[in-house]
Amino acid sequence: MNIVTLGVNHKSAPVEIRECLAFAEGAIPAALQQLRQQVGLQESMILSTCNRVEIYGTCDDEDETREKLIAFITSFHDLPAARFADNLYYFTNREAVQHIFRVASSLDSMVVGEPQILGQLKEAFALAVDQQTTGLILNKFMHRAFSVAKAVRTKTKIASNAVSVSFAAVELAKKIFDDLGDKTVMLVGAGEMCELAARHFITQGVKQVLVTNRTYQRARQLAEEFNGHAIEFDDFHNQLDRVDILLSSTGSPTYIINPRHLIPALKKRKNQPIFLIDIAVPRDIDPATNDMDGIFLYDVDDLQEVVAENIDQRKHEADRAEALVDHEVDKFIAWIESLQVTPTIKALRRMAEEISQQELKKTLAGLPELTSKEQKKLEAMTRAIVNKILHHPISCIKEQAENGNQLPVEIIRQLYNLNQASEDLEQE
Amino acid sequence: MISLLYSPLLILALLLYALGMLMGFGEIYRASKTTSRLENWLITGGFILHLLAFVLRFRESQALPVTNLHESLSCFALFLAGAYIWISRTARVSILGAFINPLTTVVMLWAVLITQPVSPHPPVLKSFWLPVHVIFSFAGNAMLAMTCGLGIMYLIQEHLIKTKRISRLFKRLPSLNKLDQLSYSCLSIGFPLLTLGIITGSIWASLAWGSYWSWDPKETWSLITWFLYAALLHGRINSAWRGKKAAILSIIGFGAIMFTFLGVNLLLSGLHAYAVR
Repeated sequence: MNIVTLGVNHKSAPVEIRECLAFAEGAIPAALQQLRQQVGLQESMILSTCNRVEIYGTCDDEDETREKLIAFITSFHDLPAARFADNLYYFTNREAVQHIFRVASSLDSMVVGEPQILGQLKEAFALAVDQQTTGLILNKFMHRAFSVAKAVRTKTKIASNAVSVSFAAVELAKKIFDDLGDKTVMLVGAGEMCELAARHFITQGVKQVLVTNRTYQRARQLAEEFNGHAIEFDDFHNQLDRVDILLSSTGSPTYIINPRHLIPALKKRKNQPIFLIDIAVPRDIDPATNDMDGIFLYDVDDLQEVVAENIDQRKHEADRAEALVDHEVDKFIAWIESLQVTPTIKALRRMAEEISQQELKKTLAGLPELTSKEQKKLEAMTRAIVNKILHHPISCIKEQAENGNQLPVEIIRQLYNLNQASEDLEQE
Repeated sequence: MISLLYSPLLILALLLYALGMLMGFGEIYRASKTTSRLENWLITGGFILHLLAFVLRFRESQALPVTNLHESLSCFALFLAGAYIWISRTARVSILGAFINPLTTVVMLWAVLITQPVSPHPPVLKSFWLPVHVIFSFAGNAMLAMTCGLGIMYLIQEHLIKTKRISRLFKRLPSLNKLDQLSYSCLSIGFPLLTLGIITGSIWASLAWGSYWSWDPKETWSLITWFLYAALLHGRINSAWRGKKAAILSIIGFGAIMFTFLGVNLLLSGLHAYAVR
């Protein structure tokens, strides 16, 4: 039994290829059934996001499965194999386990540490469970992947720093205001970056949004989207005292906010600080405003620097995370190996023989009058009992394992606590 | 027996304060729950031993032990540690330790270096008003030391944000708003205590020396300090002095406190001169 992964991601394939290979959510159930019937995967699941398309499965022959998987994709997407063959990666067993653990922990993501991938992986798994295409191996595997991802998040600081300009702005705002719940954000200009940053602020709890734009109509449109208020562009300087965080991205060739606009605003605000974020190029806000007490100005370069520094720190944390993943891969592979029939049979026999020998020893100690002939007969009898009791379970797990069903092996291991017994043996 | 235990207890407390201070510095470099918890336990342990030493001394001298420089310093360190434990636990700003514990440790070290045996009290110190005056004054001073520490933290954090230095310290220090609010809260507690300290002192003065106010250097400097903090509190309430301005004034105010407490005693002579013996 082998674990296999075939797929493309943002590193191996350009977006044109990825979008051709993507599975629409509605098409996944049919695809999963085909993976079982056409490709012969015993268990399977499909992860399809904008950055990656991957098929995970278990099979007997990994080389044959690779060819069959490529044929499946070719027919499913009606795409010549030559177009994507070079972009595919195919991992088996240890490499496959390591790859999926890295994906779940967001070590393989475009932005290392971003949290979305784990949610997407959980959804993909839930869909496969619904379709009943997962079994003992994938169930255990995915749950382990989720717990590895959780361990990586809690034991390293991989996701603790903002790595996008708008998140950096939110992080800085929190270092000024602490709680953003009662703060007011003003958007000056209705650029895309500004909008995105405003959305981040809203998800962080900012309630009040004011929007101003040279075209009032556009300001109103955007304000409606945010449940905010539109302000006439000519009037926005008079409203600065209401603003805690100001995001500016107009196309103005000169500064539109100067210290003289902020002096009266600060006075009215009783010196409550204002955080200015200038996303425009050329800049909208006079850099001299940063020298004023209570004014904090960041332009796009400043924010980029914050992001770059955070990315550096993430890389350092990613190294620690990789070590953690490797350790978990070892543990999982050991579990998979334990599912092989022979070690389980050996462990089961060993356990039964040890118990019978111990009991026999105790019994013989209490019967000193027995002759050595009688003792040997007793020994033969216990061996026969052990063999007869074990005969049927052993032939059952052998037979089932040959048919690809690992469940009886796992059940036997759990019932007789053989995992613990094997660990004890290793320690000895 | 009591006097035999006093010095070892003080030295042990000093050791715990110093270790707590080092943990506080460590926390700037690498924040972890363990470091922060250990820091708090060390300071709390130091505080308990210190309090025990204080009680022993109190039993031996039959009066509040604040009658010479050694005892005053030790008492001040005790209040500093107590105030820090209270604030850091209630406001959950563990990094405050890195800014307060060095002061506690230095004051305590000084106290330990000049340990003196118990001596008979001058009659003026045998009064009900002594503990009242001292407790209010030291509690007020300790709370105002917190505002100073928070003010320093505010200035550093503000500087880091303004100059765009997103360093480790930036991440460890709380937000400007939190620092400002907390500093205001400490001022709101510290100032009334300081005021009560001065009022009870003047009642005691009237009973001991026959006059409420005799413009002794210590009294004059307490008044200057009081005016500084009154101005800060007034500014905060009425003209919205906040942020940087308030932080600077809280540091200056604490400078005045330290001068009133130590500078006056050591440099100028007056009615409080017994405190430098």
